Amino acid sequence: MSPSVPLQEMIRAIRSARTQCEERGVIQRECAAIRAQFRQSDNGGRSHNLAKLLYVHMLGYPAHFGQMECVRMIASPRYSEKRVGYLGAMMLLDEKQDASLLITNSIKNDLSHSNQYVQSLALCTLACMGSAEMCRDLAPEIDRLLRASNSYIKKKAALCAVHIVRKVHDLGEMFAPAARSLLSEKNHGVLHGAVVLITELCERNLETLEKFRKAVPDLVQIMKGLVISGYSPEHDVAGISDPFLQVRILRLLRILGHNNEAASDAMNDLLAQVATNTDSTKTVGNAVLYETVLTVLDIKSESGLRVLAVNILGRFLLNNDRNIRYIAMISLQKIVGTDHNAVQRHRGTIVDCLKDQDASVKRRALDLSLALVSASNIRSMMKELLIFLSSCPLELRSQAASGIFIAAERYAPSQRWHIDTILHVLTTAGGDVRDETVPNLIQLITNASELHCYTVHKLYRALLTDISQQSLVQVACWCIGEYGDLLLRGECQETEPVQVSEDDVLDALETVLQSHMSSPATRGFALTATMKLSTRITDNVDRIRSIVSIYGSCIDVELQQRAVEYNALFKKYDHMRLSALLLCLFFPQVCDLLDLLGGSEETLQPSPAAGGTAPGLPANTASTAGGDLLDLLGGLEPAPLTPAPTVQVYEKDGVTLTMSCEKQSATGLTVTLTASNSTESDISSLTLQAAVPKVCNEDTLVTDKLTAPVNLKMRVRISYSSQGSAFQDTIQIDAFPGLSAAGH
Amino acid sequence: MIKAILIFNNHGKPRLIRFYQYFAEDMQQQIIRETFHLVSKRDDNVCNFLEGGSLIGGSDYKLIYRHYATLYFVFCVDSSESELGILDLIQVFVETLDKCFENVCELDLIFHMDKVHYILQEVVMGGMVLETNMNEITTQVDVQNRMEKSEGGLSAAPARAVSAVKNMNLPEIPRNINIGDINIKVPSLSPF
Repeated sequence: MSPSVPLQEMIRAIRSARTQCEERGVIQRECAAIRAQFRQSDNGGRSHNLAKLLYVHMLGYPAHFGQMECVRMIASPRYSEKRVGYLGAMMLLDEKQDASLLITNSIKNDLSHSNQYVQSLALCTLACMGSAEMCRDLAPEIDRLLRASNSYIKKKAALCAVHIVRKVHDLGEMFAPAARSLLSEKNHGVLHGAVVLITELCERNLETLEKFRKAVPDLVQIMKGLVISGYSPEHDVAGISDPFLQVRILRLLRILGHNNEAASDAMNDLLAQVATNTDSTKTVGNAVLYETVLTVLDIKSESGLRVLAVNILGRFLLNNDRNIRYIAMISLQKIVGTDHNAVQRHRGTIVDCLKDQDASVKRRALDLSLALVSASNIRSMMKELLIFLSSCPLELRSQAASGIFIAAERYAPSQRWHIDTILHVLTTAGGDVRDETVPNLIQLITNASELHCYTVHKLYRALLTDISQQSLVQVACWCIGEYGDLLLRGECQETEPVQVSEDDVLDALETVLQSHMSSPATRGFALTATMKLSTRITDNVDRIRSIVSIYGSCIDVELQQRAVEYNALFKKYDHMRLSALLLCLFFPQVCDLLDLLGGSEETLQPSPAAGGTAPGLPANTASTAGGDLLDLLGGLEPAPLTPAPTVQVYEKDGVTLTMSCEKQSATGLTVTLTASNSTESDISSLTLQAAVPKVCNEDTLVTDKLTAPVNLKMRVRISYSSQGSAFQDTIQIDAFPGLSAAGH
Repeated sequence: MIKAILIFNNHGKPRLIRFYQYFAEDMQQQIIRETFHLVSKRDDNVCNFLEGGSLIGGSDYKLIYRHYATLYFVFCVDSSESELGILDLIQVFVETLDKCFENVCELDLIFHMDKVHYILQEVVMGGMVLETNMNEITTQVDVQNRMEKSEGGLSAAPARAVSAVKNMNLPEIPRNINIGDINIKVPSLSPF
C-alpha cells in the first residue's frame, strides 16, 4: 500500500468539489485537521499531513503553519519523514524565515549520514535555500564530499558548491582544487557538475579563470571523447553522445578562451571538428552546433572558423523550425556589434522575419532590424519598419516606435524625410510613443527652418483628418500657433498648399479645444496656439479674445490660469503681446524642465537655434561635458567667490549675466549665474529660468562607446522689471568654461 | 539558472510548481497566472520560447515551454541556460516521468504530486541541471521509493508483515505434507 493514500483521498475530495467555494470549504476543513494533527505529538501519519499541506500550498492556500512541522520532520530518524520534511522546507521556508536557521543543525548531521540518500536530501535542500550563514558553516563539509564519496553524492555536492559560491563569493577559492580534480572523473553526471562549478568559479574570479586556463587541454580531450567515441547507449540522445555535457563544456571553453590567444588556439581544431561533424537534423544536434558557433564567435578564433560559424547561423536562419530561427537571431544579436558586416548579409531574411506570425520571432527580428539600420540602408529599412509598426502586436509597439525614432535621428538622410517619418509614426502609433517625443519633434521642426511651411501644411491636414492621437495633435497645434502665418499665406513649394482662411484655422483649433478626446495637456497646447495666432492674423482677433475669455472660467485649473493670463495680456499688456508671443520659447508650458541625467550619456538632441539668442555670445570652442546638472529654477543664485573661470554670457540694457562652472565631483557640475545691474535704477523681481536638453540614454540598441563627448547647451530666460516695465530675454549658452574636453 | 518550473493544465490549474528563487506565496500564484496567460495564447506551430513576462527576474529571463496533450511544462530560465538544451531537458523529464509512472497522464501528476517532486529533484537541483541520463534517474528514484516503502509506518503494516515473513530464513519446508495415506509400505527385506 502506498504511503500517500491519505493524500490521494484528500485530493479526490478537493477535486470533487464543484465550486470554488466548496473547494475552499474542503481545504479549510483539511487544514484545520492538519493543524490539529501537528499539535499532537508523534503519530505514524505525520508525513501524510505534511504532504497534504504541500498540495494545498500548491493550490495557493496559506501553509505557513507547516514550517515548524518541517523542522521536526527533518530531525526525524525515518527516511520517509525526512524526505517530506526536506521537501516542505524547500517549498515553504526560505532564508528570511526564522525557522530556516533551525534546520542548519539537521542538515549538518545529515551531510555525514551513513545513508547516501539522506545525504543527498540534505545537499539538495542546502542548494535550494541555503542562506549565507548556512553556506559558510557547511562549506568544509561540502568540500569533503566533493573529494571523497561516490559519484552520486559528488555530482550533488558539486552543484551545492555552486550555490555556496553564489551566496558567499569568497568561498570560491576553497572549491577550486576539488573542482580541478573532478575533471578526471568518468561519470558524466559528476563531470557535468564539475564543469558547472568551474564555470561559476571562473565567472566570478579572474585569478581562478587564469588558473583554469591550464585545464583547457583536459576539456578538449573530454570533448573529443564525446564527439568521436563510438555509440554509448546510456548517454546517447538521438545519436549525439551526452549533448548536455557537450554544451556545458563548450560554454566553459568560451569563457576560458575569451580574449586569450593561447587557449583559443588549443581549442580551434576541436571546434572545427564539432562544427562540421555534428548532425544538424535533430534539435540536440542544433543545440550543440549553436553553442559551438557562439564559442567560435566569442574567442580569438581564426578567420576561416569565424566564417564557418556565421554561415552556420545563416543556415539556422533559413531553417523551417521556428525555434532554430529564434535562437539564430539571438546569437546574431550578440555578434551584431562586432561582426556587423557578416550580419548585414542576412538582413533580407531578418526583415522577412518581421512578418512572421510568431510574436517571439517578431520581437527578435525587431531588435535585430533596429541594430542593422545604417546610413546606407535607412530608407529601405525604415519602409519595412513602418509597415511593421502598423501591424505589430501591441506589446511591441512602443519599443518599435522608440527604435524608429532613434534610428531616424541617427541616419536621417534629410530633414524632410525625418519629419515625414516621425509624422507617420505619430499617425500610426501615436498612443504608444513616449512623452518626450512631442518636445523632441518640436525641437526638430524648429531647427528645420526652411521646412516650416511644409510642416505646418502637413500637420494642418493631419489635424483635419484625425484629432485622437494626442502627440500628433499637440505638435500640430504648436506648429499652427507658431507658423500660422505661413499656413494662411497659402503658398508652399514642397507640398500642395491648402487654401485656408483664418476662420478655418481657428475652427480647427477650437474643435481640439472642445473635443472630449483631447487631454488637458492637448487643450493647453491648443489654447496657447490660439493665443499666438492673435499676433499672426489680422481679422479675427476678436474671436480669439472671446475664446480666451470663455476659458477664463474653465473647470480645468491649468487651462483657466492660462486663459486668465492671456486675457490679461489682451487687456492690460496689449503693447507687450507682440513681443511676448513672438519670443515663444522652446519649452512649451506643458513640459517640465528637462533634467540632464548623470554620467554616461550616449546621444544628445541638438538644441534648437530658434530666435532669441542674445547678441554677443562668446564663441568658444566646443566644450564637452557630462554630468549631473542641477536645474536652476527661479531665484538668484549668489555667486561664490571661486577661482573657477567666469564668462559673460549676456549684456543688455545695463544688465549683465556672468557664468562660472565648477566641477564638484566626477559626475557633478555646478553652474552659477550671476546677474548684475549697472543702470541707475533698481531692478526688481529678477528671475532666471534655465533649461537643458534631455539626453537620450535608454533604448539605444547598438550602444556607442560610453565616452562619446556630449555637447551641453543651456537656454536661460531672464526676466525682470525696471522702472515700471517688464523685460524678458532669452539667451542660449553653448560653451561652458571650466570643463575638460574629455567629456567626463 | 532555472528560476522556476511550472506544470499546469489547459485551464491553468497548477499540477506542479517549483521555484528556485524565493517569491512570496501570492507572488507565486500571480506568476503562475501570468505564465498561463502568456502560454495559452500561443499557437501550436510557433516557437517554444516566450519573452515578455515581467514578474520573475525582470528582463533577463524567458519562458521555455512544451505542450503535451493537456499539460504545459514551463521552465523559466535566465540567459545562462542554453535554450535548446532546456527544451531537450523538458523532453528528458517527461520521458522519465513516463518511465516511472508507466504511460504517465495528468491524473498521475495530480495524485502523486510528491513523487513527481522527488523525480524532479533528481533532474534539477537548486536551479541547475543535475542529471540527464534517464536510466540513472529512474534507478535512483526506484531505490529511494523502496527505502521509503521498507520503512513503512502504520499504513504499510500488512506489507511489512508479509515482507518480514518472506525474509525469515527458514529452512526449506516441504510444501505438501500429504498425510492422507498412512499406508506405510514395508519394504521387503532381503533374507539374511
